[in-house]
Amino acid sequence: MQSILKANGFDVLRHILKLVMGSVQKYRVFARRRTVAAIWLTVIGLLVLISVAAPLAAPHDPYKPDFKKVTVGPNIDNWFGTDFLGRDQVSRIVYGGRTSLFIGFVSVFLGIGIGSLWGMVSGYLGGKFDLVSQRILEILMAIPGLILAMILMFILGASVWTLIVAIAFTRLAFGARVIRAVSLSVREMAYVEAARSIGAPSWRVMAFHVAPQTFAPFLVLVTTNIGIAILIEASLGFIGLGIAPPTPTWGSMLGVAASNLEPFWWLVFFPGLFITVAVLAFNLAGDGLQDVLDPRSRGSLG
Amino acid sequence: MTRLLIAIPTIFGVTVIIFLIMRALPGDPLSVFYDPSQIVIMSDRERASIMADLGLDRPLVVQYSVWAGNALTGDLGTSFLRGDAISETIRRRGAISAEIGILSILIAWLLGLPVGILSAMRPNSFADGVASLFTVLFLAIPGFWLGLLIVLGLIHGWSYHPPIISSQIWQDPWANLQIVAGPALVLGLAQAAFVARMARSSLFEVFREDYVRTARAKGMRESVVLFRHALPNALLPVITLSGVLLGFALGGSVTVERAFGTPGLGNTLISGAIDRDTTMVQSIVLVYSMVFIGMNLLVDLSYSWIDPRIRLG
Repeated sequence: MQSILKANGFDVLRHILKLVMGSVQKYRVFARRRTVAAIWLTVIGLLVLISVAAPLAAPHDPYKPDFKKVTVGPNIDNWFGTDFLGRDQVSRIVYGGRTSLFIGFVSVFLGIGIGSLWGMVSGYLGGKFDLVSQRILEILMAIPGLILAMILMFILGASVWTLIVAIAFTRLAFGARVIRAVSLSVREMAYVEAARSIGAPSWRVMAFHVAPQTFAPFLVLVTTNIGIAILIEASLGFIGLGIAPPTPTWGSMLGVAASNLEPFWWLVFFPGLFITVAVLAFNLAGDGLQDVLDPRSRGSLG
Repeated sequence: MTRLLIAIPTIFGVTVIIFLIMRALPGDPLSVFYDPSQIVIMSDRERASIMADLGLDRPLVVQYSVWAGNALTGDLGTSFLRGDAISETIRRRGAISAEIGILSILIAWLLGLPVGILSAMRPNSFADGVASLFTVLFLAIPGFWLGLLIVLGLIHGWSYHPPIISSQIWQDPWANLQIVAGPALVLGLAQAAFVARMARSSLFEVFREDYVRTARAKGMRESVVLFRHALPNALLPVITLSGVLLGFALGGSVTVERAFGTPGLGNTLISGAIDRDTTMVQSIVLVYSMVFIGMNLLVDLSYSWIDPRIRLG
């Protein structure tokens, strides 16, 4: 405590440097033990980097039509060809990834986060609250995720935030279910019992003793669910319930390409390829994380 | 039996949720056609009379009970836009979707199970590597993209397109098969990947059990060990998880049908959503949820039938 209070700028810098070096070291150990997961984690990193630096990464303006080259196949100037308005596909995929990944990350953190909190409280408190929330979760899970997201989008109307809310809503139950199970088992542990017996209130026990235990499964849940969220977003975009046209997402690019009578292969192939790679990356990184953080359980899709 | 009773509140809850989402969120079903700030399509009086016709002026609870009561008797009302009975449309379109679903499940188990068994028996072999590569790949590939690629390939390679006019299996089996084959294959492959992966990990676990070692030590043939001893136990978790799988398949079938242009229920749902045909969307979502609940019930029941130790309820 004291060192932090007295620390000057240089100390803080050194501390941060140490942290970074430490995590690099940890990552190298991780990479040696779980090569596949590490490779895909790097792929995720690259995708995120490209999305964040979209204005730098995109070779052309993704919104500017060029009627001199409408639906031109892949060539040196436009690697992935151009679309019906002559817009460059590489740039649109870069910007589309920005939207798709943003929606994936935010919706999953929101959905799984709230769901996990709910599950933790419900598992720890038990009793009537748990019973009622179990029934509600069962009902939520009885509607297939994509279809639930579909009707929500149908009613809420298309925008980035309604999309995030719709996808987050479908993820609630998945977060709550897993974390509730963790919370149930942690509740019975001796140290939690001890905390309770010295008179700590429920919220305190949950915040300081139960919550840390749920962090590892939470991380795994988030990673695997981002893949699913990207798939849902792509599906919604594909069927025309995603974000309105000028903003590209991978799904809506596919939808527009497919609605044309004669689809051009490069308009279909490349956006789908990026969806697949992104989903693959999150799935495999999630599996790797699960193996490292919780070696007992088998990888499963949930 | 008790399991069936437990499903009833779930079904009730699902209908309430669907109803609430469709009605209580901003705007009523007519707001799409009626927007005072823009061009007035309907006058206030016209609107009120249509609302009364559809029973939309009554309180929500009454509306819900009328809708749910009618749905129980199989009457889902008439389409908002077309005016024909929804239950008739669902029966016609649903037959094709059901066919696709059953065929895809068949493909999933016939393809996924052998692959899973093979890779569990020779772990880390070349065949196992190829198998796991494909399972991982097919779990990530969006079904509708694969569908689009297949359609594209058929058009460009053979200038072939499946028949556009929908036909039921009892009318024209050959035309029907051409419509159904593509979506069933795409959906089946994704599910097969799931089944193969689950079967592999579950068999792998069972192979390490003592009773399997005993069976092998007795000099039993490997096929007997596998099919009589290991497989029945290994299948249990696979079957349990197939409930989750069904959710993916049901949702996925909507977009896959779109990709192939299949005249099934999923495609009707999408056109309903685009046309803002509220009653149609509501009914089809209800059908999908009921199918999902029913299938999960079936999974639960078959679970206790396969494993007599588990008696549910």
